Formats: sequence, C-alpha cells, structure tokens
Amino acid sequence: MEINLLLLFMIFAAIVAVEIEDLLSSVIAMGAVGLGLSLAFLILKAPDLAITQLVVEILCLIILIRATINKDLPLVKDGRWLFNTTATLTFVGLFLIFAYFALKDLPQFGAPIMRVAKDYIASGLEKTGAANLVASVVLDFRVYDTLGEATVLFTAAIGVLAVIRKVGRINANKKNE
Amino acid sequence: MSEYILCLGLFSIGLYCVLRKRNIIKIIIGLGIIEYAVNLFLILIAYRTHGRAPILDKAQDTLNIVDPLPQALVLTSIVIGLAVTALIVAIAIRIFEKYNTFDITKIRRLRG
Repeated sequence: MEINLLLLFMIFAAIVAVEIEDLLSSVIAMGAVGLGLSLAFLILKAPDLAITQLVVEILCLIILIRATINKDLPLVKDGRWLFNTTATLTFVGLFLIFAYFALKDLPQFGAPIMRVAKDYIASGLEKTGAANLVASVVLDFRVYDTLGEATVLFTAAIGVLAVIRKVGRINANKKNE
Repeated sequence: MSEYILCLGLFSIGLYCVLRKRNIIKIIIGLGIIEYAVNLFLILIAYRTHGRAPILDKAQDTLNIVDPLPQALVLTSIVIGLAVTALIVAIAIRIFEKYNTFDITKIRRLRG
C-alpha cells in the first residue's frame, strides 16, 4: 500500500526533524513531513485538502525560516538528561496505552460510518448547487464554522502584529512630545 | 489498521519533541508534527477503500464516495494551524530579541 510507504517516509522525516542538530535543517525536514502529508491527502482522495496543505506548508516554512535564519545557536545538552528522558518516555507510553484502548472502538480502515454525510451526499447538489461536496459543506451546510475560522485567522493576525511591533503606542507618543 | 498505528507513531514523535526538547524552535516543529498527525488521522477515518473524491458526477453513482464531512472540517483546521504557527513564531522572535536565546531553561523571567 502506497499510503503505508508514505507514512513511513513521514515518520522518518519527523525523526530527522526532531533529532538533527542544525535548526535550519530541522525546519526543512519538517517541510518534508508537510509535503508528504499533502501527497497523502491526494492518495486518500481529498484533493481540496492537498492544495490547501501545499500552500499552508510553504507559508509555514517561510515563517519558520524567518525565525531561525542567522540565529543558529548550538543546542544545549547539559542538565538532568536521565530524568527528562524518563519522564518524557513515561508520558508518551501513557498516551500510547490510552490510544491502544481507543483504537479498538474505531471503525475499520476503509469503511467510514457516514451517518451525517449521507444527507449531504443525497441532497447536496439540489440544496447548494455545488458539485464539490467539500465546498458545499464548508460554504453552505457548516458556514458558521467557516465564519469562526475567519475570526480565528484575523485574531491571530492582529495578535502577530501586536507582538511583533517594535515600539508601543505610549512610548511613541512620548517621543513625539 | 496499520495506517492508524503509523499515524499514532507520528503523533508520538511530535509529543516526544514537545516534551523533551529545550529549544523553542524545536518545540514549534513538534507542535507542527502533532497537528499533521491529527489532520491525517481524521482523513484516514473518512477514507473508503476504492472510494473516489467527493465530487458529484452524473455518470457515476454516489455509493463509493469518501466521507466529505471530515475533509471540510480538516480544511478549517489546516488554516487555523497556520495562524497558530505564525503567532507562536512571533512570540518566539520576541523572546529571542529580549533574552538572546532560544533555550527555555535560560529564560529567567518565566521561572515560577
């Protein structure tokens, strides 16, 4: 199965991204994971998601490279190495135990339940007029969800501008006086 | 079922990165990997074997279509992930300007 191979490639790239010393190489390896995810969406029959993931991944890489460029500092190795590693592996193991119990109740791979989506598929075309069902769900059936997404997006943009700004407004006024 | 397990493995790598690494950029990368794993997991649940993309066509029947609802919700989630990453990176850049380091144990003012 090609999806298994692609997932193995993504896991390999993720291990490289986590373990490599150089920060810029780490960011590039994370880009490999994201672009592999875009291909995986294409294999899993989700073309809209593949396009969006491609664009978002490239923007994400640009932002992260802006953060890391010219700031390549050596990683620190000292500190409580044994305690940190043990605690981390304990938490990951705990997560995997819970995931093992949850995995048994999931639907079998390749056989979705589709209790809600049945109505969308049956009446999507006549109610919304869109042949693409993902577009009809995003822009018509669940349009409040999209409105919330736009709100979060613009709030985050305002947050970025407020954090990144060099001089606060009060200080700027004082300098002018 | 092996797809679910590999996806969980990807999530675990991201979790390990977030919990273990001390560099802020590495933590951001770990968060990104976790986000990818969760998005992929939702799409894996929606997949139907030998299914086709959720685009209606008069020539074909709608029985073997994949689930369009998780795809629409993940579309929202991907864009929100970009916004979250941009906000975290902005905060990380400010921290670097103030403390001149990415190491979270060296950022003194944040200690309790």
